[in-house]
Amino acid sequence: MSELTLTVLRLGLLALLWFFVISVVGVLRGDLYGTRLTSRASRKERGRGRAWRSAAPAPAPAAAGNGNGAGGVGGSGAGAAAAGGAAAAGAAGGSTGNTPPQGMRRLGRGNRNAPTKLVVTEGSLRGTSLNLRPGTQVLIGRNPECTLILEDDFASGRHARIVYDDGQWTIEDLGSTNGTYLDDFRLTAPAPLEPDSRLRIGRTVLEPRK
Amino acid sequence: MTTVSSYRPNTGRTVELLLLVLVTGIIMLAYANVGLAQTGALPTDMVTYAAGLLGIGLAFHIALRWRAKYADPLLLPIALLLNGLGLVMIHRIDFENTYEGVQAPRQLVWSALSVVFAIVVLVVLRDHRRLRRYTYTFMVGGVVLLLLPLLPFIGDPHYGSRIWIKLGPFSFQPGEIAKILLAVFFAGYLVQKRDVLSLVGRRFLGFPLPRMRDLGPILVAWAFSLAVLVFEKDLGSSLLFFGLFVAMLYVATERVSWIAIGLLMFVGGAYVAWLLFPHLQQRVQLWLDPFATGINQVSMGLMGMASGGLFGTGLGSGHPEITPFAKSDYIVASLAEELGLFGLFAILLMFVLIVERGLRTAIGVRDGFGKLLAAGLAFSVALQVFVVAGGITRVIPLTGLTTPFMSAGGSSLIANWTVIALLLRISDQARRPLAEVDEEEQAAAGAAATQVVKLR
Repeated sequence: MSELTLTVLRLGLLALLWFFVISVVGVLRGDLYGTRLTSRASRKERGRGRAWRSAAPAPAPAAAGNGNGAGGVGGSGAGAAAAGGAAAAGAAGGSTGNTPPQGMRRLGRGNRNAPTKLVVTEGSLRGTSLNLRPGTQVLIGRNPECTLILEDDFASGRHARIVYDDGQWTIEDLGSTNGTYLDDFRLTAPAPLEPDSRLRIGRTVLEPRK
Repeated sequence: MTTVSSYRPNTGRTVELLLLVLVTGIIMLAYANVGLAQTGALPTDMVTYAAGLLGIGLAFHIALRWRAKYADPLLLPIALLLNGLGLVMIHRIDFENTYEGVQAPRQLVWSALSVVFAIVVLVVLRDHRRLRRYTYTFMVGGVVLLLLPLLPFIGDPHYGSRIWIKLGPFSFQPGEIAKILLAVFFAGYLVQKRDVLSLVGRRFLGFPLPRMRDLGPILVAWAFSLAVLVFEKDLGSSLLFFGLFVAMLYVATERVSWIAIGLLMFVGGAYVAWLLFPHLQQRVQLWLDPFATGINQVSMGLMGMASGGLFGTGLGSGHPEITPFAKSDYIVASLAEELGLFGLFAILLMFVLIVERGLRTAIGVRDGFGKLLAAGLAFSVALQVFVVAGGITRVIPLTGLTTPFMSAGGSSLIANWTVIALLLRISDQARRPLAEVDEEEQAAAGAAATQVVKLR
């Protein structure tokens, strides 16, 4: 076999090996999962058709607080993912022909009096909102595994959780150090979460809204 | 205004399929290269092997689509490529008449068996958290497997180490499997005890020290790994187990003091062992000055790699067979000689990528047990590659450990493919959106008048 063929084969093999490594790294770059914080303004610019389809990884919005690399995998935030965008798209677009958002809205209408989102009104995360989707639970605390990760020195790692049960959202304190306050009363047992009540965790105030 | 939401990950199964095809191409190119260089003609069985390789990759791929839709798409192609390159290298050294005989066909059968075993593990084990129920069973199993080679009759000492067992025609290194069982045990144990280990304790000179009674487990692990070292004369495995335990302890407690304590204990133990055993002193001597005592394995490996240079001699054109154990312990040196520095670094990067995927899985998964298990398994691969490549390139004294996926030997292949299966299972759990609602189902629900509420 000629020397030339062997040299070409040898270098070709090396090139292919590196091509493999580089393509694997390329796949890694697009492989993001976990929770993220989306700025609402930038989302509108990108168009609402896209918004509910959070699968699109390419224009990865810089995740503030809980970096996507740190992987604060939102327990049930996963569910909030699709629903979050869905509600926004549905509200803004009405019947745009996007069936999934309509389906989502139907799901959310299980109980007319149940809150559909949780808005942070005080604390370092002020302005953040989280969609409450039936059938999921929301874990709040400082631990990166929480759905809503608080940067609040007065909150516990797994501070409280909000569970959906039979058409109703219930807040439950998970044995936190500084307690969870619902309308200025410290929670001792799980309590139903009504819209427009005030939920205080450390220095953070959350308001469930319809 | 910001909203918290979560990524719905691309399952990446199609990417995996494409990468598998690419992997088959690379391995076949390497195989053709060996054939052309050694016999001057393309191997006649290339098509058969390509079909077999692609077939086994596809079988795994389909199993993943079926049972672990969200599993990491990169682990399988990387592991398959490493395994294939190892096979090609073993096949290439088989052309030379070494005293080890022809090993490639046996390695091929073991590879196929390992992949099938990994598929079975993936399909049977639907949730990795089930393993936690058997925490202490795994401990007993791991310890028994580790001690098996010390038993009379089935223990089979080779080259001064008692790490093989012999059952009829098969010889096996049970330590490789014990690695996985002990990783499961450590994960289950530490997830229970980590609070005690990390919170209680006094500070000594500003350095947090755990209570004496909490030091128990690390002392036991240390004594055990020393016992392995003393009775089986296997420095590599003992380093691997102790390193694995210390790393998992650190992951569980986030306390650097455990690493400091662990390193001190290891250094102390290794020093005592060095004083006691002449073969360890010999290893250290070879590490410090490999060219002092004439021709030996370390210096031959170094000369081989040097002759490969940057781009290598080309597969089938070098002389890796001169070094003893060129197919097993020294396969990294063989590959470095024929693929060069560039090839070796591509291979090392693939190991890095496997470890990275494992650690990423550990970060992403929600339960503590899965986190610890994934981190431990990934770390064990990293440590093993470090010990092997470090020993060959004279970073640390040479110890006999196998290179994952590449070295000739069935037990190592089975163990490492099982690690891949476990990592795939945990990564499926990590990447799966929790409230996974099928979008098509949603669309159907939206179209129909009835209201569908999916409760898990």
